[in-house]
Amino acid sequence: MVRFQLDINNSKHTVEVAEGTSLLWVLREHLGLTGTKYSCGIGQCGACMVHIDNEPMRACLLQVDNYADGQKIKTIEGLSKNGDHPVQKAWIEAQAPQCGYCQTGQIMQAVALLETNPNPTREEIKSHMNGILCRCGTYLRIIKAIELASKTPTSIEN
Amino acid sequence: MVQTKTEISRRKFLKSSSGVALFIGISGILPQLISCKDPNKIKEQLAQQPLTAWVKLSEDGLITIYNPAAEMGQGSMTSLPLIFAEEMDADWSMVKVEFSPQESEIYGSPGWAPGSKLMFTVGSRTTNSYYNVMRKAGAQARYVLMSSAAKHLEVPIEELTTSNSHVLHGRTNQKINYGALIPFLEMPESLPDFSEAELKNPKDFKLIGKDIPRTEIPAKVNGSAMFAIDIRLPEMVYGVLERGNLHGSKPKLTNETEILAMDGVVRIIPLDYAIGVVAKTLEQALSAKKSLKIDWSESKASGHNSQEIYSTYEKIASQKEKGKVIFEIGDVAKAKRTAAKTYAVDYKNDYVYHAQMEPLNAVVQVAEDGGSAEVWVGSQQGMDTKLGVPKILGIAPENVNVHLQYLGGGFGRRSMNDFVEECAYLAKEMTPLPVKLIWTREDDVTYGAFRPLSLQRLTASTDYKGNITSFSHAVVGDGGNLVASAVANDHYDIPNQFAEWREASNGIRLKHWRAVGHGPNKFAIECMLDEIARDQGLDPLDLRRKLMAKAPRALATLEKVAELSNWSTPSDNGRAKGMAFVEHGSLGTGVCEISVDRSTGIIKVHHFWIALDAGVVVQPDNVKAQMEGGIIMGMSSVLKEQITIVNGRVQQSNYHDYNLLRMQDVPDSIETVILESAEVPEGVGETATPMVACAIANAFLRLTGKPLRHLPFSPERVLQALNS
Repeated sequence: MVRFQLDINNSKHTVEVAEGTSLLWVLREHLGLTGTKYSCGIGQCGACMVHIDNEPMRACLLQVDNYADGQKIKTIEGLSKNGDHPVQKAWIEAQAPQCGYCQTGQIMQAVALLETNPNPTREEIKSHMNGILCRCGTYLRIIKAIELASKTPTSIEN
Repeated sequence: MVQTKTEISRRKFLKSSSGVALFIGISGILPQLISCKDPNKIKEQLAQQPLTAWVKLSEDGLITIYNPAAEMGQGSMTSLPLIFAEEMDADWSMVKVEFSPQESEIYGSPGWAPGSKLMFTVGSRTTNSYYNVMRKAGAQARYVLMSSAAKHLEVPIEELTTSNSHVLHGRTNQKINYGALIPFLEMPESLPDFSEAELKNPKDFKLIGKDIPRTEIPAKVNGSAMFAIDIRLPEMVYGVLERGNLHGSKPKLTNETEILAMDGVVRIIPLDYAIGVVAKTLEQALSAKKSLKIDWSESKASGHNSQEIYSTYEKIASQKEKGKVIFEIGDVAKAKRTAAKTYAVDYKNDYVYHAQMEPLNAVVQVAEDGGSAEVWVGSQQGMDTKLGVPKILGIAPENVNVHLQYLGGGFGRRSMNDFVEECAYLAKEMTPLPVKLIWTREDDVTYGAFRPLSLQRLTASTDYKGNITSFSHAVVGDGGNLVASAVANDHYDIPNQFAEWREASNGIRLKHWRAVGHGPNKFAIECMLDEIARDQGLDPLDLRRKLMAKAPRALATLEKVAELSNWSTPSDNGRAKGMAFVEHGSLGTGVCEISVDRSTGIIKVHHFWIALDAGVVVQPDNVKAQMEGGIIMGMSSVLKEQITIVNGRVQQSNYHDYNLLRMQDVPDSIETVILESAEVPEGVGETATPMVACAIANAFLRLTGKPLRHLPFSPERVLQALNS
């Protein structure tokens, strides 16, 4: 067992786990940040999308050892205080989720897109979001939500 | 005497700060008001009498309405409470929704079978089966409020009206909020057993039929929505099972000592078909699972090869002896003897997997004394609301408390509660520690319970005018209704019809998969119609118009979608349209427009249009969402998904080899028109999905002149069809 100190959502968290433990299990099972989801464990579905130093990354593929050195980890819980990030608001306006299980990953991926490309075309949205699976088939509403958010002038703040 | 009783009750309410629950009885049973402060009292009452407890009021006007159905994205967390609130005249902005306790005697719907009471979120039946239950209960809650207000204001109840959580007395210009009535609430001696005519006139609906945002969506976008997999409890341990990829095989663990010596491993628990490992952390449990060395026995599935089995199925279809008759009208044999022309076509369907995004899981904790248990689970519930746990634990059902969580997808997989039973076995061994059982995605795929592989042999006859005089349908496959449902054509005026099921069992685990038999069977039926239309030189629209002549509601969906999709104007740019009709509670006709890349065999779906008659629609935008999701899931299964079996072993294991449709493959639009109707609400969750295979194949036939008769329409199969 090794002690790791992680910077998650702008606060410090300490965990004691075996070397090589996936960041996903650390977030979900050790720290209770369960908004980040497990679905495939092999980087195919994107349900575990988090931001590391503002880059979208799949927590299931990451070993905690490599992210305990001051990297800034952001999860859905840290996206906004009251669930009112412009992308979250757009998601509600579009009534995008169905079962909802993949949606936090979708939102983290969408935020990463809008932070670098505030006005994506529909093709850019599809291409950027292609890695995140949704079994309920909410893709068209996700596109709609991202288009709504991209029209919100404050979308890259927060 | 009654007076005294009420006084006692009233004091109890006044002391309560957490509101009162209105226990409104099903006809004939004395209604009760019970303080919510006293859960034991509530339980006692519930144990004594089959009451219906749907709502809790607080003095600040907050109204909590209980949802008895599972929420897996279909919107029950909004639609059922909304129906109640409509009749109660509740201020929706003050309504909070919670899952009801999982007690079917109280919250079960009688909508399944006469005399039954089930909590069972399957078959797209939730709104249909609870519509009248919720309306009546809401109206009764309103009546209690009004009769209490009448006594308090000393006016006749007939002079009172309600609006937006207030009781109004027009003559004296008085207005009391429902919450403010709590100190004065009294149960009337009897409650009216409201008939439909006494309920609200649908013209006066303020909530039903309006676009009300879904109640649980904010929690689903901020990460706080709780799925069972998110449950964490003090001292919780983790369970995983290795079940292998040969269904029915029995395991023998050969390195138990080695596993028990691994970090964090606390117990090895063998089951009949799996080896269970319990460890202190999930990563330790998973690591031990990877290290298991198991000898697996052969099973009934050994030797089964999914892609070779069709030749056997064809032979079964050709046998003289009939199978189990599912549906029969007229005399097909006679019609064939006098036919001008006969048709015979086989359609094939490979296994498909549910792929719900949240892998199966559960959390179970058995109390130290073994006398009670707590279960956290995302389940579509079942015939047994306690999900098989009491029997495994030897605990009375009333002492098993099921805490229903959101479901990360159901699609029929979560109405089989094998995963809950497994967790109960582990938790029994680990008493009193709570156990979280997680299926990895690999477990979920390889030990899946699939939509059965099947073959549909359709034959039809026409007279000299091209009218279809007979239609017969033989389904070959495993699983009874799983393959043989949806073979009757009630909306088509075909005088002679025959449908049968011929069993072929392969030892593969099977389960309802969204729309069940409708998927494969509508594919076969609707494609057959287009193949006949093509041969007869008929427009598929005209053929269906004629067939639907005696089914006006179905016909209306056909006409509407023809208009919406501009059916009579041929597509250009190498595109073509195809149509399909589906009834699954609601009636819908869909049209898609596709093109095909003739070098790669990839089909592109550009648009989908649907006209739907679902009776009264409670949440129109949500019905549209169900159509959109149903089409996308249909496209995914039709264009991408395939489970293959070699010598009984499932060949796929995760999303890298079981492909789902991704965002780049979505159509430009899915447009739904909902037809006005005052009929009872019908299910919408499974109407769109079965349209997809036939609409695409029918468009492909019009575009290329070639039929697609084997699902999925993989690029290889499309190329094969193009080159045939």
